Amino acid sequence: MSGPAELVLLLVVLASFLVLGTARLSTGVRAVAFQGVLLGLVPLLLFPTWSWHRAALAAGTMAIKGVIVPRFLLWAIREAAVRREMEPRLGYVPSLLLGTVVLAVAFALAGRWPVPEGGGTLLVPVAVATVVHGLLVLTASRKAVTQVVGYIMMENGIYLFGLTQAERVPFLVELGVLLDVFVGVFIMGIVVFHINREFDSIKASRLVEGAE
Amino acid sequence: MTLLHALVLLPALGALGAAVHRTEAYRTGWLLVIAALHLVLTGLAWTGAPPPTLGGWIALDAIGLIVLTVVSVLFAAVAVYAVGYLRRENPRGGRAFVSCLLAFLSAASLVALSHHFALLWIGLEATTLAVAPLIFHRHDRRSLEAVWKYLMLSSVGIALALLGTFLLAASQSVSGDAVRPLVLEDLMAGAPQLHPAWLKAACVFLLVGYGTKMGLVPLHAWKPDTYAVAPGLVAGLMAGVLTMIAFLGLTRITQVMIAAGLGGFVTPLLLTFGLASLAVGAAFIIGQSDLKRMLAYSSVEHMGLLTLGLGLGGGSAYGALLHAVNNGLAKGLLFLTAGNVVLAAGGVAGDQRGLLRRAPASAILLLAGLLAVAGSPPFGTFLSEFTIVRGAFGAGHPWIGAAALLCLAVAFVGMARLIVPMVYGTSAEPGGREARGGENAWLVAGPVALALGVLLLGLFVPPALQRQLAAAAAVLGGRAP
Repeated sequence: MSGPAELVLLLVVLASFLVLGTARLSTGVRAVAFQGVLLGLVPLLLFPTWSWHRAALAAGTMAIKGVIVPRFLLWAIREAAVRREMEPRLGYVPSLLLGTVVLAVAFALAGRWPVPEGGGTLLVPVAVATVVHGLLVLTASRKAVTQVVGYIMMENGIYLFGLTQAERVPFLVELGVLLDVFVGVFIMGIVVFHINREFDSIKASRLVEGAE
Repeated sequence: MTLLHALVLLPALGALGAAVHRTEAYRTGWLLVIAALHLVLTGLAWTGAPPPTLGGWIALDAIGLIVLTVVSVLFAAVAVYAVGYLRRENPRGGRAFVSCLLAFLSAASLVALSHHFALLWIGLEATTLAVAPLIFHRHDRRSLEAVWKYLMLSSVGIALALLGTFLLAASQSVSGDAVRPLVLEDLMAGAPQLHPAWLKAACVFLLVGYGTKMGLVPLHAWKPDTYAVAPGLVAGLMAGVLTMIAFLGLTRITQVMIAAGLGGFVTPLLLTFGLASLAVGAAFIIGQSDLKRMLAYSSVEHMGLLTLGLGLGGGSAYGALLHAVNNGLAKGLLFLTAGNVVLAAGGVAGDQRGLLRRAPASAILLLAGLLAVAGSPPFGTFLSEFTIVRGAFGAGHPWIGAAALLCLAVAFVGMARLIVPMVYGTSAEPGGREARGGENAWLVAGPVALALGVLLLGLFVPPALQRQLAAAAAVLGGRAP
């Protein structure tokens, strides 16, 4: 595994911490966009030989995760007039601390797992940490938009893990694009119905107002 | 084109066709035709095993055939019901409704036929999306909340299942180049060579991912809200078909784990999920005031029972597969009838008591459904629940057997306390609403057929079905009792 790939993977982790620690919604979305561009670089750096398949994967990832989805999300925030703060249930400092613990555990566990071919030692722990960081943002958020941000981070982690199998199993990582369909549906939901806060459980006392 | 292709393509083309039709009557007629043809194709699949196609990605084995049959039969009943339902409650035109129903059938058939873990995942992802507009059919605030909650939790489950699928592919990476990646047959044949660490991780993520779709505790939070709001026929499809194909995903990974000699790893997980769902489902049935919410907890309870049976193996695995069939039919019967109850009460918020007077056929069906879902003797559910519990005692787990019996008894009492007053009680608002409660043949035929089906399975399990159940149980470490 080469040096640049390790650097990019460390930047991926840094982008996750930026989301965990920021109070501004737009910074969170931009951090996720930055992470998306980095993810496009990973397959190129991990496997330095040229192949059309990898080039297409890199270009597609950068376009979808780095540009299209984040732009769509920023547009939705403007359109639905969502307030510009992250407003998580968990404070920023506890989030960062928890994120660090997750990272440490992922690296500690990674020693026990076999290293996949050509993946290097960093790929698996970074992938696992990104999935858990995404889940952390998703469950800690009170707003629909931040839930979507967490979901995208989780998806990014899954994509990173998929890269370990990308050379052996054709068109497996590409399945991840089907998860972006959900992201698209969520964003459309936010725009069309102005969903702002996460819903609480539907209470029996409110059954009556259901019949509109 | 072979039979197996047709089973998936027919409803997919049907979905496109329904989007083209402009008239309501054409669309529902189209729905009936496709559902009937799908049923015929499924019948043909019973006459002889069709050969695998697409390089072994699509094939039909015993479990797949059983699941496919339940999907097809339940969908036919729902299609007949939909004709009557769309005449009564159709806020935005049923155009997308019929298309989504058929797309759902196509994706569910794909899941039943896929012998490739990525294809299985694609099918389950597609069913998740196809159901969302159906839940949102009424286009009100509560439907929006329910559909958001459903999509959020399901999409996380689906994402984790994809990670599980990637991990499963990673477990094969040490097996050499001769194996076809993620194909069930090759996973089973080369199971001893799979890397155990990756395989265990894959099992956990697939269990959690597909468990979310089944609604196992503690991943069931979306279920009561969604079932309460979705139209009766949609909730019926979800409780009967969606949970069934998610259960198929669970059996597939269990199958690979057992072949790999890691049955000891997966069994405690299945037993824990199973018992927790059984207990929580039964406990929350008590005190529910909404019929469909209560049925949602009943679904949680029965998914727990299926998972428990899968974990126990032996005769219980056979019982679990038989119960999957019975539960599918019984849940279809109950949710379609619950849809009638809502229609008779003039909306979700209406007074649902005094059903025997307002909608007598539905009232009788509701009582039959109560007995069926609770596992009373003449119905098939009695036989399958008995087989699972007896398997627990036989396998040296008397405490699990006793706990299961207790949960089933609690659930029965809880359901009867809501349903019996609903049938025999008197409505607080006499007259007035009566005219809106008219039943018609379309709304009654489907549930009647399902009630007869679950009754017949209690009296007599056809030898052909017995053979398939035994063959399916054999790969899950089970046997015919």
